[in-house]
Amino acid sequence: MSEFHDPSNVINPEHADHHIITPVTYGIVFATLLVFTGITVGAAYVDLGIFNPVVALAIASFKAVVVILFFMHVKYQSNLIKLTVAAGFFTFLVLITMTMSDYISRAWGLW
Amino acid sequence: MDNAIVATHPHTHETAVAAEHEHIVLPQHRHHFETQEQQREAATFGMWLFLLTEIMFFGGLFFAYLLYRNWYHDAFVVSSNQLSIPLGAANTAILISSGFFMALGVWAAEVKKQGLLVLFLVLTTFFGVAFLGIKAVEYHEKWEKHHIPGAHFDVSEFINPQAYGLKEKPLAPDMAQKTQVFFFLYFAMTGMHAFHMILGIGLLFWLTWRANRGEFSSGYVAPIENFGLYWHFVDIVWLFLFPLLYLINRHPGS
Repeated sequence: MSEFHDPSNVINPEHADHHIITPVTYGIVFATLLVFTGITVGAAYVDLGIFNPVVALAIASFKAVVVILFFMHVKYQSNLIKLTVAAGFFTFLVLITMTMSDYISRAWGLW
Repeated sequence: MDNAIVATHPHTHETAVAAEHEHIVLPQHRHHFETQEQQREAATFGMWLFLLTEIMFFGGLFFAYLLYRNWYHDAFVVSSNQLSIPLGAANTAILISSGFFMALGVWAAEVKKQGLLVLFLVLTTFFGVAFLGIKAVEYHEKWEKHHIPGAHFDVSEFINPQAYGLKEKPLAPDMAQKTQVFFFLYFAMTGMHAFHMILGIGLLFWLTWRANRGEFSSGYVAPIENFGLYWHFVDIVWLFLFPLLYLINRHPGS
């Protein structure tokens, strides 16, 4: 990438930055997760028709994103790490979609 | 010995001024990395690659659940209602607390507070063990009711729910057998999750011991940080298991 020897990454400084997340932030995240756990339990007792699973999964996804961004520090990581994480979840969605379209297109539920 | 071949080293800056090139080997800066930040990012990158394989591993189980829940919906509804929402919700809160203390542990290592780090690791372990304890209570109830799939599985609660004081719709005998698919996936998914937690608790004992020796309170944070990533990943799996197994089937119409 560079003809210079650049041990401190002056040319590409993005991973040189190191951010320490404070306990205050962790406390806010902790409270958020507990509140949304309460909401998802409450929502389970309300009849929302087909939206019960939708709401439950939306809340679970929101909680997972909060955990990934803050507890797992991804918000403060380099683009390499962010892209790695995103690629993993994207590949997972591709696998689910392709496997499901295979099952849907033949003898659905006849086993 | 005039004809001896003497290997000659080029006289470089490194040999001339050796003091400027002295190697100070720190665990957070091993010699094959140019900077501490580079070593740290490499470790984080490697850990995330491992976690991606874990996503794929659990993903297969989640896909199986998605498929069979659609195929055998009625059986999945009644068997899911056998699980206790209060116990599941308590376990979710316990696991979130464990993750919170793990995150604080990473902070304590970053700011080099050895005592706090050990305390937070112990609390992380404590809540992890509490989670497994509640899980064991739940498993034991399934054992007593013969709701573990296999030769001794008992479908009578699903064929004749009224006799057991349940308000469920009775299932036809063939659909009632499919409740075994739910319980198989329940035990496979929560079992693999619990297995990951048992491994994690083993690692926590080891890390607490090392933290207590002061290994992670002088700038070497990577083992704590990367174990934290693993522990939070296990949390995330449960964040999805809880609604899918316990919550979304409470309304048979859905």
